[in-house]
Amino acid sequence: MYLRKIKNIIFWCLVVGFTLSTFVPLFLILKHTITMGWSELSLDFIFNTPRAVGELGGGMSHAIVGSLMIIFVATIISVPVGIVTGTFLSEFSNSRLASITRTFIGILAGTPSIVIGIFAYVTLVVPWKSFSGWAGSLALSLVILPIVTRSTEEVLKLVPTTIREAGLALGFTKVKIFYYLLIKGNKRAILTGVILAISRSMGETAPLLFTAFGNVYLSYNLNGPISSLPVQIFNYASSPHLEWQRQAWTGAVVLIIIIFAVNIVSKIFVSNSSNASNR
Amino acid sequence: MKLTTRLEERLGISLIYICVSVVVVLIFVMIVLLFKMSFISMSKFGLNFITSTTWNPVEEQFGALPFIYGTILTSILSLTIALPFGILSAIFVTELGPKRLRNILGTSIDLIAAIPSIVFGMWGLFYLVPFIRDTLTPILTKFLGFLPLFQGSSFGISILAATLILSIMIIPTISSLCREIFLSVPVTYKEAALALGATPWEKIKFAVLKPSLTGIVGAAGLALARALGETMAVVMVIGNSPQISLSLLAPGATMASILANEYAEATTDLHLASLCYMASLLFIITMIVNSASHFIIKYFKPKAFAR
Repeated sequence: MYLRKIKNIIFWCLVVGFTLSTFVPLFLILKHTITMGWSELSLDFIFNTPRAVGELGGGMSHAIVGSLMIIFVATIISVPVGIVTGTFLSEFSNSRLASITRTFIGILAGTPSIVIGIFAYVTLVVPWKSFSGWAGSLALSLVILPIVTRSTEEVLKLVPTTIREAGLALGFTKVKIFYYLLIKGNKRAILTGVILAISRSMGETAPLLFTAFGNVYLSYNLNGPISSLPVQIFNYASSPHLEWQRQAWTGAVVLIIIIFAVNIVSKIFVSNSSNASNR
Repeated sequence: MKLTTRLEERLGISLIYICVSVVVVLIFVMIVLLFKMSFISMSKFGLNFITSTTWNPVEEQFGALPFIYGTILTSILSLTIALPFGILSAIFVTELGPKRLRNILGTSIDLIAAIPSIVFGMWGLFYLVPFIRDTLTPILTKFLGFLPLFQGSSFGISILAATLILSIMIIPTISSLCREIFLSVPVTYKEAALALGATPWEKIKFAVLKPSLTGIVGAAGLALARALGETMAVVMVIGNSPQISLSLLAPGATMASILANEYAEATTDLHLASLCYMASLLFIITMIVNSASHFIIKYFKPKAFAR
């Protein structure tokens, strides 16, 4: 009898102890990043390009611009394709093509991001013989595509059949049902998946290392190497200059703020949309 | 009117088919291109590539064993460390913790997964590595120094650092998958256990953990796949030296870390092809681990009480 109680107490302590210690690294990482990077965070950092080694000041505007351009193009490519593919998987789920597609999307979703970078490298960088922003965009769209496809498929599978039947009863064609009832009707939920996928791609460094490669100047040219925030942080963090290391921390703070904000906003989005559907 | 509707339908459906086919063909083509790029290396080294320990770009001798060893060692060790944290925190969030806290705790654990791996890497390089060098190594060598695992001096940059960073990174994966699995166990099991007078520990052991064992194995597999392919955090703390060392305090390298480290500098065709060969191996390994885990999770259903 006592033994059972003692076991129970030990179990309680273990669960609480392990759970609490799970948060220790999160806390330490945020604390260190913010103490190291916050003080340098300024408008100067966001709107200026880097100065030469040894000079104080300067920022990462070129990397922020580069990241935005790469991600913008990646989003334009992959989000529509992902939504269409997700709709296809949910609505034609029994067809041969659907099972092949599902397998390939599954493979892509599980592929390490560095290998995705190499995919983009062999597809675009090797034939063009030059690093380019387009290759970076291709790599990131390969990161975004499976996430959007899967979340769209999940969302549409939850839509009751009666909605589709209602559309058919109104004389809608299948394509109209997909567009007006399924995609437009679940805008919010689909958008949440899209936002999460984009936020995931923002932090990706490995796929950009040898596709977009990096650049120390402000460049709007996607045909050439272009800088991105994560790669810039990586280059600065592994450099021996203290000033650059400080800037890397500041870059990390910017990155974390953007990604956390996007994540939390999309969580709120989710809880709102689930409330709305309970009407 | 009817004609245009039919036309619209035809057109729309075929557009969807074209779009999906393009996706499939593109992914397939990229996989083929990757294998094609590695062809020179594959034909030169064949399967010896996997068993050879020399990695010397200058003399064009390429063998992947040190990297395969490093990848598997760091992933398995980090999975071992992360599993209890992941499972127990999932139990806390789904079963034991105060109801109000559950949502917040779950979200914060998910936030760990949202931190970009480059930030993990930086934190590892500037905080974890000095901590291992100055604090952890003396303790480990003092108490566990007789083990071959903790021999030699440490500069902090080590397999151990990579393992610790990886385990922090995969805890949220395990935790959130386990949460879903635990929630899928029918409540009646727990009620039955309680009705028999079980303590909370017995209830969780028999009515939560045992029925979801296969699911937990699947979750561990997915986390393992994530650890196998993790690049940026590892490349910054592991030292990237192609050696096979039993000691965790020595530097090492993983398949992903060597790719990130040498890809941009690869000048000769054979070097590039060998890196592509390595990437194909990594791709195949993660694909196998991933599909095995998905298979396990898919066919997992909460089983009734095991004896």
